[in-house]
Amino acid sequence: MTNEQRIVLDPTSEQKPKRIPRAPRLASLENRTVGLLDISKPKGSVFLDRVEQELRALGATVERFQKPTFAKPAPVDLRHEIATRCDAVVAALAD
Amino acid sequence: MSAPIPLPSGLVAFVKRDCPTCELVVPVLQQILAQESLTVYTQDDPTFPPGIPAVDDTSLEQSWHHQIETVPTLIRVEGGEERERVLGWQREEWEALTGVPALGAGLPELRPGCGSLSVDPSRAPELLVRFGSSKLHARRVELAALEDEMEAMYARGWSDGLPIVPPTEKRVLAMLEGTSRAPDDVVAVVPPDLVECSVEKVAINAVMAGCKPEYLPVVLAAVEAACTDRFNMHGVIATTMGVGPIVVVNGPIRRAIGMNSGMNVLGQGNRANATIGRALQLVVRNVGGGRPGEVDRATYGNPGKLGFCFAEDEESSPWGPLSADLGAEPGTSTVTVFAGEGPRNVIDQRSREPMSLARSLAATLRTVQHPKLAIGYDAMLVIGPEHARVLKEAGWSKEQLIEKLTELLTIPGEEMMRGVDEIAEGMPESFRSQPVTKFRPGGLLVVHCGGSAGLFSAIIGGWASGPKGSQPVVQEIRP
Repeated sequence: MTNEQRIVLDPTSEQKPKRIPRAPRLASLENRTVGLLDISKPKGSVFLDRVEQELRALGATVERFQKPTFAKPAPVDLRHEIATRCDAVVAALAD
Repeated sequence: MSAPIPLPSGLVAFVKRDCPTCELVVPVLQQILAQESLTVYTQDDPTFPPGIPAVDDTSLEQSWHHQIETVPTLIRVEGGEERERVLGWQREEWEALTGVPALGAGLPELRPGCGSLSVDPSRAPELLVRFGSSKLHARRVELAALEDEMEAMYARGWSDGLPIVPPTEKRVLAMLEGTSRAPDDVVAVVPPDLVECSVEKVAINAVMAGCKPEYLPVVLAAVEAACTDRFNMHGVIATTMGVGPIVVVNGPIRRAIGMNSGMNVLGQGNRANATIGRALQLVVRNVGGGRPGEVDRATYGNPGKLGFCFAEDEESSPWGPLSADLGAEPGTSTVTVFAGEGPRNVIDQRSREPMSLARSLAATLRTVQHPKLAIGYDAMLVIGPEHARVLKEAGWSKEQLIEKLTELLTIPGEEMMRGVDEIAEGMPESFRSQPVTKFRPGGLLVVHCGGSAGLFSAIIGGWASGPKGSQPVVQEIRP
């Protein structure tokens, strides 16, 4: 094998994953807004209804959000809306 | 690596000693040199042509950069820009280009040239790497002396599980010859990592998949089609269901690159069929970052996720191509991507009239994903030539076939309900009082291919359909 064949081209994106620190954890839910994201899988709302009850009991304000379809990533606008309006978010994943 | 060096202004000639036409025009070159500014590049012997101070181009660098295919080539250059070139010896053309009259008295009117050394098959691949690799931007990965190259690539996670062809500069540059697109041209943004993918990255993965350069335009079109919001490659990767991108090729390119649309069309053994779909999946894996166990959450997957690509048999089809059903101009070369699972066979060796055959096909189509689930999943019906003959002899158009199948697959809601037939799975209560149609409008695709013997067709079940899931996408293949 010649030297030239010992060099191959990288088939990957060559991206270096960026480490983003987690948002600081909330000390209390009192007067905080928690977003509940339903990804549109069956019965996700049943689970979130119960989570909403529990969160309200802890003094949190709850906002509900829904992805148009579970089969695609959440639209940028929706992600932005959740990020600007909420202090924390809970997503109900699968059915 | 090198950048092209501009040619000097005036007249420029490329010659080699080992060319009778170049020998023949030596007096002509002397004649021109007496009146005009002329630079002669010599490819094989710096002492040739005798009596003319030639520039040594035995490295073939200038010949390569200026795409000399024939010697002698005579070029007129102004301000570093080529204005005109003549290949071989043609008296009138040489006189017109140089402005020097009465060239080469006693020579024949014309004499074809010889092949330039820069395109000689024994030299060209090496020159491509030496002078062309600067256009490649991918990171060079040098394998250590004691590393086995195959194992090294496996270890880096580049393979789908099967061996891959090492993407050397030489092979990638040769692959890029298959397209007129620039290596840094962005083809698509590839999910799930949403990375801009260049023609070069597609070419690297196409080399690894085993593609020939002439397949590259098909791979590029497949990557473009798969990475649309309409097709939703992200969802197709992430789903627990066993689907992958299936690539159907239509148009003249099928024959040009030797694709199989006949016997064993959905099977192994044809290089183009086997490697084009694989190249798409390697792009998704390596560029997009869509890997099993990570974003790919499939419960089973299917063997077609290694690559699933085939050509439609348009020549013996009674109908127009699949691509035309999806809006492409008939006769253009296209890919259609469809999110589908593995194929299943439909046997019907007895139907000689179309309605009977349609009933067989409908009965099997009803089982796609589940016999009591409907609307949410598309299907591709792959009609075999012997079944197509039955339909053709009865004069059925493709539209008629789809219409009949739709009628046969419209089922009273109450038969589809959850719990019916002692099966808990089924359609929700809201569909009880209405007829339910198995496939959404446009959700049943029909394509014609397969071996000429066998009264069979095949069905490829789809995934979550429509705008909320994946929709088939047709994409023109550009050179």
